[in-house]
Amino acid sequence: MSGGRYQDKEGRWAWRLTGFITLCVYIFMFAPIIATVVLSFNASMFGGFPLTGFSLQWYGKLLSNEQVLAAFRTSLWIALVTAAVTTLLGIITAFALVRFEFPGKATFGTLVILPALVPETILGVGLLVLIKAVDQPRSLGLLLLGHIMLALPYVVLITQARMVGIRRTYEEAALSLGASRLSSFREITLPLLIPAVVASALLAFTISFDNTSASLFWRPAGVETMPTQILSMLKISISPEINALGTVMIVVTVGIPLVGGLILQSLTRLRKRVDAKGNA
Amino acid sequence: MTKGWKLYDPRLAWILVAPVLLLLLLFLLLPIAVMAVYTFFTFVTAGVETSELTLANWTEFLTDSYYHGFLLKTMRVGAMTAIICAVLGYFPAYFIWATNFRHKWLLLLLLIVPFWISFTIRTFSWIHILGEQGLINVTLLKLGLIDQPLQMLYTEGAVVMGLLHFLLPYMILNVYVSLESIDRTLISAARSMGCTSAQAFREVTLPLSLPGLAAGLLLCFVLAAGSYVTPQLLGSGRDALFGNLIYDTIMGQLNWPMGATLSIVLFVVLGCFAATYTRYMGMSQIVKGLGG
Repeated sequence: MSGGRYQDKEGRWAWRLTGFITLCVYIFMFAPIIATVVLSFNASMFGGFPLTGFSLQWYGKLLSNEQVLAAFRTSLWIALVTAAVTTLLGIITAFALVRFEFPGKATFGTLVILPALVPETILGVGLLVLIKAVDQPRSLGLLLLGHIMLALPYVVLITQARMVGIRRTYEEAALSLGASRLSSFREITLPLLIPAVVASALLAFTISFDNTSASLFWRPAGVETMPTQILSMLKISISPEINALGTVMIVVTVGIPLVGGLILQSLTRLRKRVDAKGNA
Repeated sequence: MTKGWKLYDPRLAWILVAPVLLLLLLFLLLPIAVMAVYTFFTFVTAGVETSELTLANWTEFLTDSYYHGFLLKTMRVGAMTAIICAVLGYFPAYFIWATNFRHKWLLLLLLIVPFWISFTIRTFSWIHILGEQGLINVTLLKLGLIDQPLQMLYTEGAVVMGLLHFLLPYMILNVYVSLESIDRTLISAARSMGCTSAQAFREVTLPLSLPGLAAGLLLCFVLAAGSYVTPQLLGSGRDALFGNLIYDTIMGQLNWPMGATLSIVLFVVLGCFAATYTRYMGMSQIVKGLGG
């Protein structure tokens, strides 16, 4: 079969139908998001249609909203720390899971991806009940560790998939030439792992930055993260300010991975070019 | 290397996984265990409970039809969402797999982009489509087709719509991963032996893509049934799901033992679905679908 081309008539019709539904699904996926972005530039003081004119005033208003800025700062640093710590833990865990055989490995492997499968409401309540049982207050540290746990499954899966492709003989060669365990990892394994590291860090950042349900349970009293701030603003009304805020968030969380991916791609290309020159 | 240790010594592996293991024990397993104990605690008044053991919470849950209603509705919404996701999601997955389009990566990237956009934003953006000042109502009013805005927001339909929007990429990617692993020569073989394209699809492609479809169904069902934000933003009070019930019981009524009981119920019910699934299909498909 070459692509979507079919010879018989019913196949052609089925293919057209498939294409049409695919188009509809993509429109369905993006129409609401596009509507939000468009409305953030709307002059109307109500957050909805119809469009009455172009205005940037809602972005200006956003910049002077102290609560929003505080929530943004909180979310930003939690997401940065989550990305750094989770990526580090993910590399170590994936290394152990790929290179080693140890009793309980299969169980551990399942345990690691469990946080991605258990609904956040349950994870949220569970941790809250635990700290209530030991009489501890909710703290930023708790929120941070919670985010790390939520991002961990994805990071381990990404890193593991890449690690499987790195042959252990490279590391063993370095070891047999007298490199220490750590330096063989740093000089051989880590550079080969870089694409997975970057992808993991970006994903962990977005998971933390976007997390809503669990954060509602875990955040300390009086602290808002970006999504919980949006939720509490939505309780009042859909203001055009929220549309502006949403648009800023979309630009941040879509822009960072896209730019990261592009940088990574051009880095790989550059390295290939340098290598090619070096070999010539 | 430490003296006397083998190159890939299991002891070293344990040291490496220790931090993560500790985190998961403290933040995942221990909380669930404590929650299970809490279901037997006695509720005194808002925010206060004693460790006197009782079956009251379980009796209340098992006898009060208020809770059964929530559970059934949650299962129904979850199942409905998962099935619509499967039907709607299969087409794009198949299209991306089979197309000759040169920029296939772009279609895949567009499926991943929603994962980067905040879930809260994706959900509330539906208000701009379905609401009284939403795109549909404003357009229909302007065209003169209706003279009253239609009530689409704050209905169960809106909740399902929001869940579909959130879960479709999961389904499409799961099915796509499964389709990618099919040996395409099998389909050519079926065609050359005289199958019509419909027969080839029914007899070869569809059965071989079932693992991905099943993984997608499970994932969509579990995530829909555990959702909290979507019913909160797009539904009315009547459309609240089990997740909202848990949140209100704990954060609103401060009835911790009952909240723990409800959480354990949801955990066990969804766990049963997941266990049935892994019994027949194993974990590997889910792992692939999550990005492994």
